[in-house]
Amino acid sequence: MRPKPIVAPGRLSCRELVELITDYLEDALPHPMRERFEQHLRGCEGCFAYLDQMRVLLSVLGHLREEWIAEPARGRLLDALAEWKRS
Amino acid sequence: MSRAAFQPEPDGRQPIDPDAGLIDGLREREESAFGELVARYHGPMRRIAALHVPSSAIAEEVVQDTWIAILHGLPRFEGRSSLRTWMLRILTNRARSRGELEARAKWVTSLDAEGDREAAVESGRFSDDPSSWPGHWRAHPRSWHGEVEERILRTEWQARLRNLLEDLPVAQRIVVVLRDVEGWPARDVCLALDISSGNQRVLLHRARSRLRSVLEARADEA
Repeated sequence: MRPKPIVAPGRLSCRELVELITDYLEDALPHPMRERFEQHLRGCEGCFAYLDQMRVLLSVLGHLREEWIAEPARGRLLDALAEWKRS
Repeated sequence: MSRAAFQPEPDGRQPIDPDAGLIDGLREREESAFGELVARYHGPMRRIAALHVPSSAIAEEVVQDTWIAILHGLPRFEGRSSLRTWMLRILTNRARSRGELEARAKWVTSLDAEGDREAAVESGRFSDDPSSWPGHWRAHPRSWHGEVEERILRTEWQARLRNLLEDLPVAQRIVVVLRDVEGWPARDVCLALDISSGNQRVLLHRARSRLRSVLEARADEA
């Protein structure tokens, strides 16, 4: 059983980590903070699972397919294209 | 193959035009190239236009006009910026002009990320006991890998996620759609929306935090 982390001064709490997660994924954390972040992750099952959830979310968002354009609008555009080709 | 020249990145890298593969076809006036361009950009352009004009119907008109302008302007596109940046500039100019016609000041959408701070996770999820692991999770989030992830990827969950997106505040929604659904890099989103990278990151953070939080609540249901 993994021991619970001790929150020492200068270390990140989980509450702080979840606020930094986007900066982390964006590569926007300054190096010392990034170190603290990763160190916390290594010792904290909860935050590791949280990062995992966030990664699954991003994966699902990336898979969303949308019907961007309704048929009538598409028809108008194809007409515009046909006209453009003739010009 | 057309050679496109771009502004180098601050670290000297040349960014790759994500639509480079279409440019030759567009110059040849190929329907398939134009069709693909429309598939990629009609939706995002409509969302962006909607920030500047009072209704979705007007946003649609603006985007239709923009496509005509793009078609006619293509011979002048020199590849000094990416095709995306070039098209979005045309779009934003048209959307702003149309917005001004419609008395813009009254309803323009603010993308300012200031205002009430939103916590990524509700505070009660963390312990406040100073004598034992303050700020630590009371109960760990569950891992979503495997079974849960497969369920989420299934069509009905995709539909739910689309609805959740529409429930987001508009500024958060546009950023997370352009970044995470469309896959646009941060730089392009900041340019398209005329916001700072810090502002963009705050909006992205809030959107992702909200979506995760609602997904977590739903994932725990059957």
